[in-house]
Amino acid sequence: MFDLILKIALIAISLATLCLVYRLVKGPSMQDRIIALDTIGINLIAIVALTSIVLDTYAFLEAILLLGILAFIGTIAFAKFLEKGEIIERERDL
Amino acid sequence: MNETFKIVSMILILLGTFLILVATFGILRLPDVYTRNHAASKSTTLGIMFILLGTFLYFYYEHGHFNSRVLLAVFFILLTSPVAGHLLSRSAYYSGVKMWDRSVEDDLSKEKEEKD
Repeated sequence: MFDLILKIALIAISLATLCLVYRLVKGPSMQDRIIALDTIGINLIAIVALTSIVLDTYAFLEAILLLGILAFIGTIAFAKFLEKGEIIERERDL
Repeated sequence: MNETFKIVSMILILLGTFLILVATFGILRLPDVYTRNHAASKSTTLGIMFILLGTFLYFYYEHGHFNSRVLLAVFFILLTSPVAGHLLSRSAYYSGVKMWDRSVEDDLSKEKEEKD
């Protein structure tokens, strides 16, 4: 029963990621693509969690936190770049 | 007690998968950036929190292993994912991405004109 549910969940999340790739390719504005990438990162976290249940090991659970942090930093950097044109601003010279 | 944990963990994983599917459907179907961002940031956050809680419960009942990093990841995603959604929406608005042509109200337009 539990194995069946894990397989269903893995297949469904893989299909969701595939659909997000469509939005990533087509998306009319740049922000659409970044939303799709952010969601793909979160789906990747779910896939890692479910795979570590399937393999019955807790060696990969650190990767979950790492992927979360990296997806957040990447999204923030892209949003700031699209709004202001630069990510790390220069010092103010008076 | 083990069986209870198992059933709860199964239900949590199924719910999380359902919510992630709903978010994907919203991202594919909704008409403009803001509504897509609305679908993505909320339901994906709740879905991934459910899946991670299910994972946590699984390792707790199967191995007796209390993995605090998963709980930390749940908390971190709860804090950061809406912030990322907000910043993306804001950058879309100020870089001039058009709203859906059937939306009726734009409260931020005055502020945007002052900023330009």
